[in-house]
Amino acid sequence: MKPAISTSAAPSLLDHPLHARWAAVLLLALVAFPLLMGTNGGEFYVSLASRILIFALAASSLNLILGYGGMLSFGHAAFVGLGAYTVAIAMQSGLTSAWIVWPLAMGVAGLGALIVGAISLRTQGVYFIMITLAFAQMLYFLVVSLKTYGGEDGLSMARRSVLAPGLDLARERDFYYVTLALVTLSIWGLARLLNAHFGHVLQAIRENEVRMSAIGYPVYRYKLVAFTLAGALAGLAGALLANLGGFVSPSLMQWSQSGMLMIMVILGGVGYLYGGLMGAVFFLLMEELLSTYTIHWQLGLGAVLLLVVLVAPNGLASLFKRARGGRHV
Amino acid sequence: MDGILLLEQALNGLQYGLMLFLLAAGLTLVFGVMDMINLAHGSLYMVGAFLIATVTQVTGSYWLGLGGGILGAALFGAILEFTLLRRFYQRDHLSQVLGTFAILLMCNEGVRLIWGDQPVALSTPQSLSGPVQLLEGFSYSSFSLFIIGVGLLVALLMYLLITRTRLGMQVRAGAANREMAMAMGVNVSRLFTGIFALGAALCGVAGGMLGPMLAVQVGMGESILIVAFVVIVIGGIGSIRGAFLGALIVGVIDTAGRTFMPMVFSKLMSPEAAANAAPAVASILIYLLMATVLFFKPRGLFPPQG
Repeated sequence: MKPAISTSAAPSLLDHPLHARWAAVLLLALVAFPLLMGTNGGEFYVSLASRILIFALAASSLNLILGYGGMLSFGHAAFVGLGAYTVAIAMQSGLTSAWIVWPLAMGVAGLGALIVGAISLRTQGVYFIMITLAFAQMLYFLVVSLKTYGGEDGLSMARRSVLAPGLDLARERDFYYVTLALVTLSIWGLARLLNAHFGHVLQAIRENEVRMSAIGYPVYRYKLVAFTLAGALAGLAGALLANLGGFVSPSLMQWSQSGMLMIMVILGGVGYLYGGLMGAVFFLLMEELLSTYTIHWQLGLGAVLLLVVLVAPNGLASLFKRARGGRHV
Repeated sequence: MDGILLLEQALNGLQYGLMLFLLAAGLTLVFGVMDMINLAHGSLYMVGAFLIATVTQVTGSYWLGLGGGILGAALFGAILEFTLLRRFYQRDHLSQVLGTFAILLMCNEGVRLIWGDQPVALSTPQSLSGPVQLLEGFSYSSFSLFIIGVGLLVALLMYLLITRTRLGMQVRAGAANREMAMAMGVNVSRLFTGIFALGAALCGVAGGMLGPMLAVQVGMGESILIVAFVVIVIGGIGSIRGAFLGALIVGVIDTAGRTFMPMVFSKLMSPEAAANAAPAVASILIYLLMATVLFFKPRGLFPPQG
């Protein structure tokens, strides 16, 4: 994989290399994972891995605006929920083809993000956090009121979406590979985007918004495009999540879900390419592991999170960077 | 629409608003003076309510329980600030979110470990359990009236504390310009612990008031925390006056929405559609209000002067 377009010859602070060699090893391991698990009782772990990958996608999409755009959105779960509900509602009206429904989910979530972003991006700082939260809460209560689509109880899906003959998404392994492909594609796409002109401008806006707008960049438009894009990616994660669980409910859009996505990003590393992935893996594995030992696993999870925030202020990804002797952010 | 219904709803709104003020006051001070997002603020409220319920059960007296619980909550808040939270003042908002979220998780689980998953019983004291006749044909719960009285009293005390004392002056200075206040020799370390203990004590009061009305259970602090954030954003972060007025606005609008929205909707559409739409619209109202306020007045309605 060639390094993406860069304005300067040497990799700058704004570049975020894919680390192609490490990524290849990781990808290979992920591809081999279901084969190692086997088919007897391995489905549970494959399905767990799918879940982690989906959350990695959602967290990575949040990282695009939070880490690179400096926009602290506290309502990202709303877009995940929009995507999930689009799939479930389409399913109820007989639309099952993933080729139609998944892009539709991205479109709906992207449109939602465009509207929310257009209004919210006029505010700054803490107020931006609160206004995105407000919109997410509005969408949450809206979904609760949709009694035709289950209201508070949620909506079950009769089956998973249909992708292609020979690929049966109802089989955990097939679903896992499709998820893996989409997540890989998304992260690769994000890397391309961040190393391109658009990504550099976005990061420069994060560093100094006033200066960028003085130079003549349409700051608001750049931020809105990033916000919309992140919303659409979250919608894709939502579509996958609905398929994985076979069920959607308003709890997908609760503020605590937005909080959890934010926690994953902060945990993994704000503004690190693999931050969302690492955060999701660490958080969900921790949850899974601790909950097998004790019902009071949240106590342990809290302690671990506290430790991470005190020891690794910039997230887990920064530890790797430090170990590799890289720059300090 | 008759006057008695209006009066009753006005009292309900006032009651809810005053309770929101108790929670929002501490939150807005911590936010305004220390520039700290504290997601664990609702945990103080929860811990306070549990302590009150336990002391009440042990001693058999609600009043002893209330006093003990408030002291306990203040102590808990001070300890939390002293051991953990002060490490986060110099950090960015994201670290604060993560750190206080971790504390919230641990508080929830700690409470579950000690008191269990079931709601703990806390009933209104005997002397305040009956209704009071306010007008001909209109009686109102005496405990609710007591809550309103306590809320107004606390608001008055807070007002005096903030405007008439040296501590209040330091708090106002801190909210208006933190660095300058430090440079002028305010002992910020002690001030911050004090503010935290005060906010926690107010949470304890709210726990004692709302505990008998709602359920004392794990997670009770989270839903109300979000509403408290809405209040302080509408009122203007860092301002006690803003928190008070914002809380009353939110309390009255939310209560009125839940009561009158179904009536309005049933006139506009079929009963079935109205039954679905009205509660949702009523829940959305306060968030709509917040978004509107932020759009037109990005610093809230009553930002601290400075």
